[in-house]
Amino acid sequence: MSYSVTDPSLRQKWGAGILVITYALITLLPLVWIVATGFKSPADSIAYPPKIVFQPSLEGYVNLFTTQTRASEETLKALGEPTTWYDKIVRAKNMMIAGPSRFPERFFNSVIIGFGSTFFAIVLGTAAAYAFSRFRVPLKDDLLFFILSTRMMPPIAVAIPIFLMFRHLGLSDTHAGMILLYTAVNLSLSVWLINGFIDEIPIEYEEAALIDGYTRFQAFYKVVLPQAATGIASTAIFCLIFAWNEYAFAVLLTSGNAQTAPPFIPTIIGVGGQDWPAVAAGATLFLLPVMIFTILLRKHLLRGITFGAVRK
Amino acid sequence: MAEVRLDGLTKKFNDSVALNNVSITVPDGSFVVLLGPTGAGKTTTLRMVSGLDTPDEGDVFIGGLSMKGLTPAQRNVAMVFQQYSLYPHLTVRDNLAFPLKSPLLKTPADEIRRKISEVAEILQISHKLDNKATALSGGEMQRVSIGRALVRNPAIYLMDEPLSSLDAKLRSDLRVELKNIQANLGATFLYVTHDQIEAMTMATHVGVLDEGKLVQFGTPREIYENPISIYSASRLGQPRINVLPAHLFDGAPENAHSIGLRPEQIEQGKGEDSLVTRVEHLGDQTRLHLSFKDHDLITVTDAHTRLQSGDIIKIQPEKPFYFDADGARLA
Ligand SMILES: Nc1ncnc2c1ncn2[C@@H]1O[C@H](COP(=O)(O)OP(=O)(O)OP(=O)(O)O)[C@@H](O)[C@H]1O
Ligand SMILES: [Mg+2]
Repeated sequence: MSYSVTDPSLRQKWGAGILVITYALITLLPLVWIVATGFKSPADSIAYPPKIVFQPSLEGYVNLFTTQTRASEETLKALGEPTTWYDKIVRAKNMMIAGPSRFPERFFNSVIIGFGSTFFAIVLGTAAAYAFSRFRVPLKDDLLFFILSTRMMPPIAVAIPIFLMFRHLGLSDTHAGMILLYTAVNLSLSVWLINGFIDEIPIEYEEAALIDGYTRFQAFYKVVLPQAATGIASTAIFCLIFAWNEYAFAVLLTSGNAQTAPPFIPTIIGVGGQDWPAVAAGATLFLLPVMIFTILLRKHLLRGITFGAVRK
Repeated sequence: MAEVRLDGLTKKFNDSVALNNVSITVPDGSFVVLLGPTGAGKTTTLRMVSGLDTPDEGDVFIGGLSMKGLTPAQRNVAMVFQQYSLYPHLTVRDNLAFPLKSPLLKTPADEIRRKISEVAEILQISHKLDNKATALSGGEMQRVSIGRALVRNPAIYLMDEPLSSLDAKLRSDLRVELKNIQANLGATFLYVTHDQIEAMTMATHVGVLDEGKLVQFGTPREIYENPISIYSASRLGQPRINVLPAHLFDGAPENAHSIGLRPEQIEQGKGEDSLVTRVEHLGDQTRLHLSFKDHDLITVTDAHTRLQSGDIIKIQPEKPFYFDADGARLA
């Protein structure tokens, strides 16, 4: 890597700034669209030309979280005046709330499976990477290449064998099964990335800790781990993004019990007309966890994403 | 503190022998300096004692107990590494506290504070205690890494060229401090250096390593005044000992192959002519580069000499060392 030793000039700074902002605006546009649609009424959401200014409504979110039935006028009268704000929104359409929707459940499945598999991919990946980096492992290079090679084939290519395997093992439509699957897919990435980060940490630090009276494991978590935190954080984000967004296996292997949000959100459309605001609301909420996770880890991320090119 | 005994240590890396049957006894409370050129096995010796590496043959005894199979933590040794490896994610203070907080010592907090300020004082780094370890100069890092050893009270201090990147003044300050620690606390040191003054002033014993073999062990004066070989004689002395063919001067014994002359073994003003080729004024002394019968040699003379290059000066050996064809000292 080479570094420029002079500070960028004002013109360069402006140029870079404009470029970054333009790029950000272009990539953010679909996001803004989705978030805005979530707050539109169903009519506004399909208006043409699209409405930039609109009356914000929480109808999409209410539809997302509830199931509703059409009720006759007498039934509605018998119910009396709506008591809550969401009741009011639903009654205005001559509908009534029949119960909660399955969205929270699906969302929660995504959280368990996404973060669970990330956790295991990171813990196991770190352990394996440390061993590869520090111990004399027979056939080390071949093993590492083998681990990487599992990622060269698109995972979905083995969908059918996995489907059958899961059915035989009773893993179909279980959280454990999905966590296992995503961990397995992510593990090769995490071993490789974290191995690179640990290789960069000179072994002398651990030796110093051993002399200073610590055991090998204590030296690992007091000296190696803090220095690898950067790399581990960025690896965790990669793993989470994959597991969080995964669609194909989720469709294939989950249904009533362990279904995650990605296969669930499109099914919202079908319920009583094209309810785009509800879909958009679901998509907006779906974005949040990865965003929050990334923001929480961002101070580690900046350095990690350069893959250790910056000397500490 | 304890006596440390290295017993027949042999270590091979692949096919090259880094240590070859090295036995050294480091008496309790002594200061043993290891000398030898680069690659002689000095660092390897320290690593064997610390337990970072295990010998292929031989054993290390600390306080009479075999260290076979013991981890570095279990041996209770402190080590200053050649590449001072401070923990980069910690401050200087936390680096110094690190060994004290280990499960081995579990020092109470006020004791840690007291030790750190005491050691920081000695090493003149009190004003840098809250720096990140990476925000230090090379010399400061080296002092922190010495400090990380000094906060402890181990069986032995192992130090690998600990003063190498310090300026002359600091170096002489710390030389005195380390020597005080050894003399007053009775601490035991095994110490690697290339520095002649460190070896002569601090050591109670010097061990000379040659390609993994211990070739001479004794007090610094013994090594200096009574070297067993050209190799040993070359370890100490500034400028280096001059080695010339024995027959250049009269009076060489029959089987002598070469003659070794330290500056103080060259008497000036008597004997045969030599040509002054260069005069170096070093301040406290002046070095003369001489050409004697087409052989170069270096000696010292008084600081205010009038001699210039081109002058002729008479020289003759005085109680020189004679060596045989293999470089071994003749009686
Ligand atoms: N980990 C290792 N793998 C292979 N060879 C090694 C290893 N460590 C040391 N050696 C070899 O062992 C020999 C002794 O090395 P050592 O580090 O002890 O030298 P040294 O006396 O400390 O030298 P220096 O003054 O340069 O520090 C050298 O030839 C070196 O190449
Ligand atoms: Mg060395």
